Amino acid sequence: MLKSLFWTFWLWIIALPFAGPIKSIYIASVVFILSFLRFIKFPAKISSFKDNWDDFLSKANEKIPYGYLIVRILFILSLIIIPMFLDRRTNNILVDCGIYALLALGLNIAVGFAGLLVLGYIAFYAIGAYTYALLSVHFHIPFSICVPISAGMAIIFGILLGLPVLRLRGDYLAIVTLGFGEITRIVLNNWDSVTNGPNGILGIARPSIGSFVFHSPKNYYYLILAFLFVAVFVFNRLNNSRLGRAWVAIKEDERAAKAMGINCMSLKLLAFAISAAFAGVAGAFFGAKATHVSPESFTFFESALVLCMVVLGGMGSIPGAILGASCLIIIPEIFRDYFGNSRMLLFGIVMIAMMRFKPEGLLPYKRRNL
Amino acid sequence: MLAQQIINGLTVGSVYALIALGYTMVYGILQLINFAHGEIYMLGAYLAIIFVVSIKLSLPIAGLLPLVFLFAMFFTGCYGFTIEKFAYKPLRNAPRLSALITAVGVSIFLQNYVMLTQGAKDKVFSHLISEQINVYFSNFFSKFIPSDGSRLYICGAQIYSLQLVIIITSVILMLLLNFFVTRTKIGKAMRATAQDLKMAHLVGIKVDTVISVTFIIGSILGAAAGVMVAMYYGRVWYYIGYLAGVKAFTAAVLGGIGNIYGAMFGGLILGLTESLAAGLIPGASEWKDVFAFIILILILIFRPQGIFGERIGEKF
Repeated sequence: MLKSLFWTFWLWIIALPFAGPIKSIYIASVVFILSFLRFIKFPAKISSFKDNWDDFLSKANEKIPYGYLIVRILFILSLIIIPMFLDRRTNNILVDCGIYALLALGLNIAVGFAGLLVLGYIAFYAIGAYTYALLSVHFHIPFSICVPISAGMAIIFGILLGLPVLRLRGDYLAIVTLGFGEITRIVLNNWDSVTNGPNGILGIARPSIGSFVFHSPKNYYYLILAFLFVAVFVFNRLNNSRLGRAWVAIKEDERAAKAMGINCMSLKLLAFAISAAFAGVAGAFFGAKATHVSPESFTFFESALVLCMVVLGGMGSIPGAILGASCLIIIPEIFRDYFGNSRMLLFGIVMIAMMRFKPEGLLPYKRRNL
Repeated sequence: MLAQQIINGLTVGSVYALIALGYTMVYGILQLINFAHGEIYMLGAYLAIIFVVSIKLSLPIAGLLPLVFLFAMFFTGCYGFTIEKFAYKPLRNAPRLSALITAVGVSIFLQNYVMLTQGAKDKVFSHLISEQINVYFSNFFSKFIPSDGSRLYICGAQIYSLQLVIIITSVILMLLLNFFVTRTKIGKAMRATAQDLKMAHLVGIKVDTVISVTFIIGSILGAAAGVMVAMYYGRVWYYIGYLAGVKAFTAAVLGGIGNIYGAMFGGLILGLTESLAAGLIPGASEWKDVFAFIILILILIFRPQGIFGERIGEKF
């Protein structure tokens, strides 16, 4: 109690010059109330939602033949059917969720599997988006051909960056990738003759497959859903493969992994490249959906946001990445009027609090036991 | 032209060096990249302007400036202390990745905290005050250096008196830090902790205190840099900490992270390279920020221990 009071007073003092006496009272009192949280005895397992869900699934599987499969199919059907009845704005938000979920899944391969903290992930997203934009505006190459090219460009840049820097230790790697992200943004901003500088590229063709052109949020939703299904499938296969095991081994202890005969360097490079490819695809989709790309969409903030999604959902977990993306896109949308500018502040707090109290995330990835 | 760019480079470089010291000291002890340190510098700059603008003291410049410095240093010291206590201390035994993510979180938090409380626009010194400061120092330096009332002339270069103030103050602060680290008892404890945290703990050094002191000193130096930059440019923005922080980190890595002299030297080199490249290569000024990042990547690839670093201890 005394301790809480002391820290509350302390925070009031240090908030004083910035917030003024009245606002700092608000800040300090919020902290004071929050400080009582530590007296509340939380149930030992907060993450019971996932356990309940797993319980439910396994029970369903026992009671009904093919219960597991049925629940899954119902879930997927609901994903397909529900958006038909939603309005434009909601669908738009869902599309954004999809894009970020794709990014979060991609980053998850680097961060969650191989333990490579990438702080400039958005650079690959930007490379994908600009590749599609340039190809579409100058050469009128259709979307379906550009997507693999965008992914390929992202992979090439990923390998070019990864080859020299993947030898570095975790936090150095984080800073180098951050530098790479900034360099990419500055180049996009300054290389006027190609990228049209800060104005960006306008008039990008909408996504199309064959002669069918996607033009409404609903169409985009189904396209990104298809991308997501593929991504989840790829992610799952990787996770269950030798490769996934090897990545986890590298993440846990690189020396031990090396001693077991794992080629750490090339596997890390592979994780980096696959991760970049996800971002490239997401970027191409973003460019096609927005029909306009400019450097300001690819700031460090976006990288931090995607990282925050991964961390919030739980590193290495598929439902986690999707849940994290949905939370961080949908919740600020709902509370746009209340939070306004303060949502970034909340992101910061969420990142700190997650690392402090629940570093494994909301839907943690369960390591399989051998 | 050359002399001009060198002076500009030294000015920016000494600011980088002051910030880099905070990075390097924390890294030396905790192996933590305190990503939020750039924001501490930004807080310092804001505090200077807040002090001058909202607490309207009618003091002469000679009385006002020390107060500004003390005010900013006191509060940033408190912030450094609090951040360490709340965000980093609970994670001391956690994987380093979580500590880094926390640091990014703290950085985002502080930026937006300042943006929300102080507004998203630039915050500006009143024109009168920055003019007064300039004139005050010009008069002071005109005793030694030829001047025309607002600028000084050295070797054909036009220099704002504040640039000279920044360079001299940084040198003084670095000498003080050097004295503190090499001659005082707590400085000795800091060096011991940096060498081996566990052993330092075993021989009875209060590691928690040492870490707190490290954070406070780093923050104070960062704040000094912030105050001087705020005076020099006359305006601050909540986003300045990010770029300055990354560049200062580059400087710290350049000199050899964990090494205090390396950070000072690295800062000066980075500042000089940047301003010489931007000033002497035509059309390069837009790309100024890229240099720092490219230097950072090149050093990390080819000489990750930096210029002065000997120890490349792979502490896992």
